[in-house]
Amino acid sequence: MSAAESYVTADGRTIGATVMEMRNITLRFGGVVAIKDISFDIREGEIRAIIGPNGAGKSSMLNVINGFYHPQEGEIWFKGEKRAPMRPHEIAHQGIARTFQNIALFKGMSTLDNIMTGRFTHMKSNLLMQAFWKGPAEREEVENREIAEKIIDFLEIQHIRKTPVGRLPYGLQKRVELGRALAAEPRLLLLDEPMAGMNVEEKEDMSRFILDVNDEFGTTIALIEHDMGVVMDISDRVVVMDYGRKIGDGTPDEVRNNQDVIDAYLGVPHD
Amino acid sequence: MPEQLLFATEVILNGLMAGVLYALVALGFVLIFKASGVFNYAQGVMALFAAMTLVGIQTGQVPFAHLINTILGTEIHHFGWHVPALLSILLTLGVMILFAILVERVLLKHLVNQEPIILFMATIGLAYFMEGFGDLMWGSDIKKLDVGLPQGISETIDTTTYEWFGYGFFIDRLDIAATIVAVILVISLTLFSQYTKTGRALRAVADDHQAALSVGISLRRIWVIVWSIAGFVALVAGIMWGAKSGVQFSLSLIALKALPVLMLGGFTSIPGAIVGGLIIGVGEKLFEFAIGPMVGGATENWFAYVLALIFLVFRPQGLFGEKIIERV
Repeated sequence: MSAAESYVTADGRTIGATVMEMRNITLRFGGVVAIKDISFDIREGEIRAIIGPNGAGKSSMLNVINGFYHPQEGEIWFKGEKRAPMRPHEIAHQGIARTFQNIALFKGMSTLDNIMTGRFTHMKSNLLMQAFWKGPAEREEVENREIAEKIIDFLEIQHIRKTPVGRLPYGLQKRVELGRALAAEPRLLLLDEPMAGMNVEEKEDMSRFILDVNDEFGTTIALIEHDMGVVMDISDRVVVMDYGRKIGDGTPDEVRNNQDVIDAYLGVPHD
Repeated sequence: MPEQLLFATEVILNGLMAGVLYALVALGFVLIFKASGVFNYAQGVMALFAAMTLVGIQTGQVPFAHLINTILGTEIHHFGWHVPALLSILLTLGVMILFAILVERVLLKHLVNQEPIILFMATIGLAYFMEGFGDLMWGSDIKKLDVGLPQGISETIDTTTYEWFGYGFFIDRLDIAATIVAVILVISLTLFSQYTKTGRALRAVADDHQAALSVGISLRRIWVIVWSIAGFVALVAGIMWGAKSGVQFSLSLIALKALPVLMLGGFTSIPGAIVGGLIIGVGEKLFEFAIGPMVGGATENWFAYVLALIFLVFRPQGLFGEKIIERV
């Protein structure tokens, strides 16, 4: 199966060509090597998981993709072009949205306003127009408001539209954060431990939303998750990291049977 | 109504209007503090600088006249024209925006992720720099600011209240104008921050820098916008205070009066700045009226600070500030 070919999965979704490719990425903090010579690709329409034990460098990898960190070595190819070093907000404008492990919502703002900020990259009116709320600025507000409302419906959070998100329970905050990232209609959606700290029921809800997002909008998703069960259930392909190296890459079944991966997760017997 | 009560009412009204002016200065502090966590010590000097620039432009002063004359041996001071008030206000606004851009380029950009105390020190430096720069640019003499705002006692209120209560209220028309302007300013700022893309971005940055970046908001651009708005607020405050008591160095000291206002209202709350300003304004006038004669007067100098101090003990986050909860 060559990387350029598209194929159809068992559940009928189409996986397209490579949208993002990491080539030999190395990231150091002073003397500490967080990521060591890792390459992998993400294909259009797939759910790609990055797993690994604590401190394996998974979050660093996500931060490299969205521009919070700049790798010392390696190339990042996005939408067929080599990406020049960019600041995070510029990368957002390229169509990469994300959520955070520890939830980074705008806590004082309502659910609706949080999701509206997710539309930021799609709103083009200038400051002067906004100041007088005239012409394009007004139209733009109305149009984007409609899209935000659709996302609110989709995530079933109508009842908390006007609630300041700081007051919401953890599980709902995670869902609002997903909504804000979705509002950007990203080419690539990064989810940093979307199910961390959730109970079983909340995890099931979140898995369903992730699958629905991928299915209905065809959104390409790269996610980090600790819960192996969930990862194996929802992802098409999995990258396994350990101590900053890549130790496995393939379908959930391939990864499950990979000896290095088993060793990393269960430990190597000392005999 | 008894004479004493009427007099007290007049004092309260005057206090409210003085409070509006405090609130205007405090507002500038809150805007910058919310968006960047910087306590901008230079806010008061910005008001002074804005007022000086406005007068300078309006009366056709040559900027840096003293410097130019010293170096070139010339004797130029005035262009010899007068710029209409509205146009000079717009031009001054332009200068304040330019100033915001420079602050971001020269200062803030290099201090990203530094401790708040470092940023605070930087703004102290900025304040003294601006003070000197303002003097160099426009001269250090006391200037008269006149943009056509109404001044003097309001005859209408005086006669009406005299007819009703047999006691004429003394209210300065400038104070009334300041109140109206402040109300309009606050309402438009609120609407802007609630219902526009940039307004939401401002609130987003105030809340969480990383998340703001991740949705595509450029922090640097937002800082320029925030400092521009703060410059605009400083200009409005400078016009009001300047019209009241002339454009002079002491104008920058009103910034210090904004401190107790902020302690009362909370550093992060716009309504807090308004209510805090009003409380201080009314409080110090009433205190002076009721207690002043007993302690030999001049209580207005310290009342606000003592009130803020007492307030700090019981409610450190201020009236409307976010509650500080620290996990141990």
